[in-house]
Amino acid sequence: MARITAGIGASHVPLIGRAIDTQDTQSEYWKPLFDGFDFTKKWIAEEQPDVIFLVYNDHATAFSLDMVPTFAIGCAEEFAPADEGFGPRPVPMVEGAPDLAWHVAQSVIQQDFDLAIVNKMDVDHGLTVPLSLMYGQPKKWPVKVIPFAVNVVVYPTPSGRRCYNLGKAIRNAVDSFDEDLNVQIWGTGGMSHQLQGPRAGLINQEWDKRFLDRLADKPEELADIAHVEYIRETGSEGIEMVMWLVMRGALGDNVTELHRHYHVPASNTAVGHIILESQN
Amino acid sequence: MALEKPYKDVPGTIIFDSEMARKGYHLNQFCMSLMKAENRVRFKADEHAYLSEWPVSEEQRQAVLDRNYNAMLALGGNIYFLAKIFSSDGKSFQYAAALMTGMSEEDYKAMMVSGGRSPDGNRYIRENK
Repeated sequence: MARITAGIGASHVPLIGRAIDTQDTQSEYWKPLFDGFDFTKKWIAEEQPDVIFLVYNDHATAFSLDMVPTFAIGCAEEFAPADEGFGPRPVPMVEGAPDLAWHVAQSVIQQDFDLAIVNKMDVDHGLTVPLSLMYGQPKKWPVKVIPFAVNVVVYPTPSGRRCYNLGKAIRNAVDSFDEDLNVQIWGTGGMSHQLQGPRAGLINQEWDKRFLDRLADKPEELADIAHVEYIRETGSEGIEMVMWLVMRGALGDNVTELHRHYHVPASNTAVGHIILESQN
Repeated sequence: MALEKPYKDVPGTIIFDSEMARKGYHLNQFCMSLMKAENRVRFKADEHAYLSEWPVSEEQRQAVLDRNYNAMLALGGNIYFLAKIFSSDGKSFQYAAALMTGMSEEDYKAMMVSGGRSPDGNRYIRENK
């Protein structure tokens, strides 16, 4: 049987990808950020997950205003790193896990979450930066990936509660897949940041840390946070944290926090990182 | 019944909702076209001519030519779409963010390194006079 064994939360700031791609991770500016991922790199090398269910958002890359799916699951054999305006990042192709992806799509839709099924999609920094943070610069990613895109760009975006409950449905779906697979779920984006307007640069360390404090044991409280609180307290782009709730929902009731890291800033953003192990 | 928009009283922030997405549709789709290298070249060669191919409003056109990002946001631009413009200019998110706040890039960067903009005094329009 397939099982979701652990979840990772991590920011996906594009400039982090650039620091990795240009070998700049040990500079004064970047070292404190990357040091917080040393533990994770060792841990994941031992865990050797077969598939990452990677929850992220597209940043007007694969989805323009032509189509804005609220939840989209990538069912393709592979996904190319996108050209976001500077040429694609120099990272390997992302290998999909179509059998599991289609199984999850069927199961989750039958649990009343209406997913868009995507068979062709380039993946942007939202997906590739977390892979680089955990795996560095391999010639080939040592894991298969199911890209799962959440709309957090065009309002209304899904609520935290909806995302949390979707995570539970994803867990049910993976549990019912026959192949013996070690699956991790990653929730990416956040933490506090605002990229637009005169209020750009907003960071709320206290709020972010309270979010991290409650993620393992009080996810119900986090699921109740309204959009406007994310906007007001964590900046307009802090809404990305609803994607961490998909991850948390997919880990079951009992989880153990294994590792945590928080660093300000990466460019305009407060970087959060957490590893949660499912105990169910 | 009108849709609830409880975020209207957050200062210095425009939420990209249905109203803004409709207003900015052509502006944002123009931005998306800059994802293609050949379009970037044509745009940079003659911005007026390139923009005239898009049914954007006169105000939107002028805001693009002026690189006035706050104006583009107010006219329905979304920051991830507008990013295609400053990326075409070889500029970073931090450059654009500094510009929108009215700070120099150096001062903005220093603010971020020292912990960013505090939410205190920045939660409600009424406290941000």
